[in-house]
Amino acid sequence: MSIKGAAYIVGAFEHPGRVLPDISASQIHAECAFGALADAGLSVSDVDGYLVSGEAPGGVTAMADYLGLSVRYIDTTDIGGSSYVSEVAHAAQAIAAGKCSVALVTMGGRPRSGARRAVPATAPTTPFEAPYGHSNPASYALAARRHMYEFGTTSEQLAAVKVAASKHAVHNEFAFLQREVTIEEVVESPLIADPLHRLDCCVVTDGGGALVVVSPEVYRRLDRSGAKIMGAGEAIKHTAGGALDLTYTGAVWSGPAAFAEAGVTPADIDVVSIYDSFTITVIQTLEDLGFCAKGEGGRFVMDGALHAPFGALPFNTDGGSLCNNHPANRGGMTRTIEAVRQLRGEAHPAVQVADCELALVHGTGGWLATRMGSATMILSNEDG
Amino acid sequence: MGVEQAMERFPIVEVTAEPELEPYWSAAREGRLVLARCSVCGATPWMPRPFCSTHPRAVVEWIETGGRATIYSWTTVMKGEGVFKDSSPYVLAVVELEDGPRILTNVVTGDDEHLCIGQPVSAVFDHRAAGGSILRFITDDARTGTPLAGAQHGN
Repeated sequence: MSIKGAAYIVGAFEHPGRVLPDISASQIHAECAFGALADAGLSVSDVDGYLVSGEAPGGVTAMADYLGLSVRYIDTTDIGGSSYVSEVAHAAQAIAAGKCSVALVTMGGRPRSGARRAVPATAPTTPFEAPYGHSNPASYALAARRHMYEFGTTSEQLAAVKVAASKHAVHNEFAFLQREVTIEEVVESPLIADPLHRLDCCVVTDGGGALVVVSPEVYRRLDRSGAKIMGAGEAIKHTAGGALDLTYTGAVWSGPAAFAEAGVTPADIDVVSIYDSFTITVIQTLEDLGFCAKGEGGRFVMDGALHAPFGALPFNTDGGSLCNNHPANRGGMTRTIEAVRQLRGEAHPAVQVADCELALVHGTGGWLATRMGSATMILSNEDG
Repeated sequence: MGVEQAMERFPIVEVTAEPELEPYWSAAREGRLVLARCSVCGATPWMPRPFCSTHPRAVVEWIETGGRATIYSWTTVMKGEGVFKDSSPYVLAVVELEDGPRILTNVVTGDDEHLCIGQPVSAVFDHRAAGGSILRFITDDARTGTPLAGAQHGN
């Protein structure tokens, strides 16, 4: 069963906060839920499906209780920052199967003001990874160095990704890093885990977001434009029993699945929203999704290709996780929200892509050096 | 610099040695690196596990390796997190065992030693944690304590 055209994102809300010491993560979820429902013109009583991921305080039962939801479809997919991209697709599947007609997806967290996510101590991988200081930047640095070694990718090419995000963040009044940076600034910023510098990393912020996914029947009743779900794919890439290859991500599987379901190709895409935990994540993902050949990502991002609105492939037009925000250390939600803005024509005028008809959203959840969830979704502005 | 002294740059991280991996942890306590090998296809997966995903009914043998490997990728972590907060800088790496799997690990280096992809390293065990001995790898330079003449630049 295809989900092409089976559902629409008709409510989207991004929490404006970036430093939120005075409200709980649960309250962030609630504010985002009500924001997205108001955007859609719906209320809590309309919701019959609820999807959250691992960062939701107390899990889906506690959050449904807190929000006052009565639902008949639930999903708690946890593939890190890619969860929310996956969950929108799962909501579409559930809607296509008649399991619900108004699905709510919420996320929120406070890694800036509160505790960062802890790694569970009971995974089979723990004794073989926890003793080594496998931090997020270090994991992505291992992938970056191997990519440099195999393909000649440079620090300046990585930096060009940050520069593109920063040019967009200038127009986002809520962006945590609302300042244009140069390639020189990125490569001269302190090394965190070589070859990655501080400015190759995303920002650390509080915040959250929510989405409302509805059936075509509900969508037609509402007085709000949305984003039609055209296709989606998901995958897990892992250490493969020791045959680990650090030069690609799970997008090599999730991407083609999404394109096939949507019946489009990379050349058809008008704007991309790619979870940009680090600059290397974007370069590898662009290659894996087929926007350029493997190994060409570094050269592809130079010379303004990612700059909105006129670049060859405008990317992360809100500033992305590299500059805008990174609530709960998970970027998939806010990537999806910005894609919806672009398709509605509601992005900032300075970065709004003209005649934006097709957007691609991609999330990477986990670690490039070990294992990750990958989720790709293609959205359209078609109303029919 | 002795291997034991070199290990002190890393924090002691307690691990839980699960019972089904007892052959691995017993060998590690003795400073030996063993892999679980499928008796049908010869696969030696990492992390070790007492089964072959392709041949779940096959006998798995624990075989000893020489512990020689080459660096597949590496990073010098300047900002450690959690229990590694005060351990920076340290080297996180993926190494490839000779005829074997790629392994996430630390590499113990000599003072000011530059690493490069393809550089040979060998297995050493850190015996300080009570729950199990931790596998790391060491460069030839660090093992012998001799500065590496004409150190190569990193990739």
